[in-house]
Amino acid sequence: MSDSEKPVCLKSYFRLCAVVFLVVVCTTSAMIATSFSHLGEGWTLKVALILAIAVVNAFLVAGYLMHLLSEKKLVYTVLAFTVFFFIGLMGLTVWATNGFPPGTATH
Amino acid sequence: MEIPYTIQIRPDTGLYNAKLGIWLFLASEVMLFGGLFSAYILLRVGAEPGMWPHGWLNVTLGTVNTLLLALSAITTLLAWAACKVRDFRKFKIFHACTILLALTFLGIKSYEYHDKLIHYEVQLTNGKFADGHLIEKSADFDLAKKTGTVTLHGRIVEDEKDLMDLRATPAEKPAEITVAAADIKKMENYGPKHNTFTAIYFTLTGLHALHILGGTIVIFYFWAFGGAMWKSDPERFTNRIEVSGLFWHFVDLVWIFLFPVLYLT
Repeated sequence: MSDSEKPVCLKSYFRLCAVVFLVVVCTTSAMIATSFSHLGEGWTLKVALILAIAVVNAFLVAGYLMHLLSEKKLVYTVLAFTVFFFIGLMGLTVWATNGFPPGTATH
Repeated sequence: MEIPYTIQIRPDTGLYNAKLGIWLFLASEVMLFGGLFSAYILLRVGAEPGMWPHGWLNVTLGTVNTLLLALSAITTLLAWAACKVRDFRKFKIFHACTILLALTFLGIKSYEYHDKLIHYEVQLTNGKFADGHLIEKSADFDLAKKTGTVTLHGRIVEDEKDLMDLRATPAEKPAEITVAAADIKKMENYGPKHNTFTAIYFTLTGLHALHILGGTIVIFYFWAFGGAMWKSDPERFTNRIEVSGLFWHFVDLVWIFLFPVLYLT
């Protein structure tokens, strides 16, 4: 049984929401602090850290608010395909980063 | 004719139909936004060194919008939970909060867009750049005929690169600048065609804002006209709220990545 099919207690949802919101506030503050910090040279390390924090934030929303932590197998299957194609898309993007067709301007 | 599996769980999928439908739709949405994020990466890494903007967007407003969307995601969940415990009054309260939070988000976004559309970069004939928010154009201002003047609240810099990284550039007090049309080579606001950053910024946030608007209309419909179905078929109505809630959480998820990517990096 997924979370959305279980009997609901409004009070426990209030507690869950309060915790999720608190963590969202903390992660957002952490992202801002990282962005304005003087970590490393350039943006690479900062971007990696900020995106890692954003993933934690996203996990909370997807896992608890969307009940993804206790969903049906078919939903996971659909999402597994999505993740596969999304990673493929990003992989192609990274692969194409330095590929310029002959005759086009580069710098 | 009765539509099957609006309430009952379909034995082969383990889900009611609308829930499977929304997950398939969200999967396609991931790829839609994924394509745009991919474009963002290519534009960013392809930018000439020092020509990718930093600090162009208002972090405070972005943070407020992040918290507003997080709160609205929570009120959406609570609205669904209220339906589950058969408390329609609380459902109305929580969904009213969601609508108000969404409208505030859109209001702030509109303000940010307006701020960009009245912000001008003016390339002068002497090679310098005037940059700032438009205060006024004289009545006879015509760039083509080179008549009149334009007044900005901003600063003048030697090189366009000085306008790119606003965090690295020491804070300079903006002043009122009046430029004659005869001294202007090119004048352009920070709209989508200004550069690749503003193009992808307006595309990504514009598409996201359209999703917010669409979601708000659906939520408003359930809030305003959902009473009839609640009386006749509360279980089905609750499922509709769950499905619209899943869409709303997805919109929040997209913003969770848009905010750091556009405002913080």
